[in-house]
Amino acid sequence: MALRFEPALESIAAAPIAAHYDHFIDGAWTQSTGGERFATIDPANETELSRVACGTGEDIARAVAAARTATSTWGRMPGRERAIYLYRIARAITERSREFAVLETRDGGKPIAESRDFDIPTAAAHFFYYAGWADKLAYALPGTAAPAPLGVVGAIVPWNFPLLMAAWKIAPALACGNTIVLKPAETTPLTALRLADVIADAGLPAGTVNIVTGDGATGAALVAAEVDKIAFTGSTAVGKGIARAIAGTKKRATLELGGKAANIVFADAARDEAIDGIVNAIYFNQGHVCCAGSRLLVEERAHDDIVARLTERLRTLRLGQPLDKNTDIGAINSREQYDRIVALVQSGIDDGATLVQAPCAIPERGFFYPPSFFTGAAPTQRIVREEIFGPVLTILTFRTAAEAIEKANATPYGLSAGVWTSDGAKARFVAARLRAGVVWCNTFNRFDASAAFGGYRESGYGREGGPSGLHGYLSA
Amino acid sequence: MLAPHAPVDAAAIRARADGFASRSIKADAKRAAIDLAIRCVDLTTLEGRDTPERVRSLCGRARNPGSGAPSVAAVCVYPTLVATATAALRGTDVLVASVAGAFPSSLSSLAVKSADVEAALAAGADEIDMVIDRGAFLAGDEATVIAEIRTLKAMCGPIHLKVILEIGELGSLQAVRRASDIALAAGADTIKTSTGKIGENATLAGTLVMAEAIRDFARATGERRGLKVAGGIRTTKTAFAYLVLVDEILGDAWLDPHAFRIGASSLLDDLVMQRERAATGRYASTESLPKD
Repeated sequence: MALRFEPALESIAAAPIAAHYDHFIDGAWTQSTGGERFATIDPANETELSRVACGTGEDIARAVAAARTATSTWGRMPGRERAIYLYRIARAITERSREFAVLETRDGGKPIAESRDFDIPTAAAHFFYYAGWADKLAYALPGTAAPAPLGVVGAIVPWNFPLLMAAWKIAPALACGNTIVLKPAETTPLTALRLADVIADAGLPAGTVNIVTGDGATGAALVAAEVDKIAFTGSTAVGKGIARAIAGTKKRATLELGGKAANIVFADAARDEAIDGIVNAIYFNQGHVCCAGSRLLVEERAHDDIVARLTERLRTLRLGQPLDKNTDIGAINSREQYDRIVALVQSGIDDGATLVQAPCAIPERGFFYPPSFFTGAAPTQRIVREEIFGPVLTILTFRTAAEAIEKANATPYGLSAGVWTSDGAKARFVAARLRAGVVWCNTFNRFDASAAFGGYRESGYGREGGPSGLHGYLSA
Repeated sequence: MLAPHAPVDAAAIRARADGFASRSIKADAKRAAIDLAIRCVDLTTLEGRDTPERVRSLCGRARNPGSGAPSVAAVCVYPTLVATATAALRGTDVLVASVAGAFPSSLSSLAVKSADVEAALAAGADEIDMVIDRGAFLAGDEATVIAEIRTLKAMCGPIHLKVILEIGELGSLQAVRRASDIALAAGADTIKTSTGKIGENATLAGTLVMAEAIRDFARATGERRGLKVAGGIRTTKTAFAYLVLVDEILGDAWLDPHAFRIGASSLLDDLVMQRERAATGRYASTESLPKD
């Protein structure tokens, strides 16, 4: 007989959503000077969740001015005192984790199991981790007498890990004594706005953290404003625009951009474990992961077996309502992203690659895309070159380690890579030759607040996480 | 046909195994899963103080666990109690399984093990649960392990032979995979995790490795071999994690007492309690449950 699952929906009662939200500037909810709002929707059913303020250049200027004023309190506070506030924020996120998880899942479409077990706890972990550094900054930059904060940081974060990406920037920036203006992504502003409550409750001096919602124009206004640094996570195209915009100014930047990571599977890898790793690498968060293992390189003699096992494994993935605790694959974040995935997959079909898709039922409403992979792709095709940012894997083959390394590095990106083998020496040999900021061996998409993360080449520069994550927020 | 060496990554196996326990089975699906679990139970008593009276009582519960629940798959006893169980279960679908072959250590001569199996079969056992010689396996003497399984399987003929790997004594998940491949190649009808007689019993990680071996064997040969988990499975929630594992790794064809068993004693009480809870919305008092 077949094992059935009834819907096991997480309650939404824990996370009430207001009909509309303003900006959080200088410690208070502040109406936009433009007065315009835009809707944020639940991508699993296309219904409106709330309307948020569309930040204008004037809103940004007010927020940056508030942040500038706050540098005189927050920036001069002893590190051990700043740590107290950071610990408070970390504890509050942990205590309100269910509320944050439900909000993240409704606003962004990711499965509740992921927001509950990954996004929210990891966000809290970054505050806990950097709280511990706040009074030890001299040790982060050995040889420096007194590392100083930069001043005001403009942080622009994407929609794939909304709260977590905000935490990656806010936690180290605050630990180092900077103040912040955060611009959440247009489609996923709700957890950042809830974080404003946490920050207000924690009693940080007014203006230390300001949150201005909006679209690309709001982000551009922040880049142009009187900030000392831009911390950006998002697409390579926007990242390049930021680098151009701040060229010749004293503004610093850390850019965490796109990727097209190679995930290299040797024939001597533990096969089922490698399949789990492949699934995690590309289908985690519907593939909306900048470091996703989207180019699978399989040793030629294992190719057919890996494809057969992967095809079978797709059968067990449960696509559906993100709030269902059994859901493995949730909703695509927006119609725009859905359309982009559909177009890129069509280009793969047109180019002659073979498409395999999980045989799962697709809900009638909402943006859902089945876990998919291509075999028989050629290195010149768009599905091999371009970041799809969806649950679509491209499989290529190689015969020797040297060929695997060459193919893996044949990309303008360099954010992450994976190596699967039961031969430890081979794993080290290959990992050392991959030009990527993170190389995972026999695992993928593992993150820890104490480990540095960041890219090479068109995947950006600067590191987040670990002691190196402090460097982008301090001046020596 | 002995499969080639298959590498196992313990960290990745444990990560996947944890996932099986996080699935949530509710409402009608829960009622169906409880009945499936009950039908897969090998209701077991393997104690030195077992008596015919206790075994008869156990058989009564095996036939009718209470509250309208279906009967279990089998009762599992020592060889000297097989005749008692067979008599008590005559005319029912419940099978009689006997541990045999110097259970639980397997540290005896093949002649003694054979005689033990012979006695259990003569008393009417429908299934035999044997244990592999872990000493020989760990010493690298796979030939002895294979020869013993082959000898006892030849004696069993069409009688179902379950081969206990005692995974808690094998030292690594890699060894669990190798022992699974050996037992399947040697003719085990079912491979079973544990005797329940040592500290470490069935684990989701060990069971996952065994299920992968069974699945790979089926792919290579077309034969469906069985899986039995035993030892330490006491709650409905734990049993569900194993059902999810079987569902995801082996598929529907294995969600059946012919291919999947749960060796347990106290688990049945919890399944029956949860069954009543699912039907009535109330928990039965533990005092209202029959005792053996």
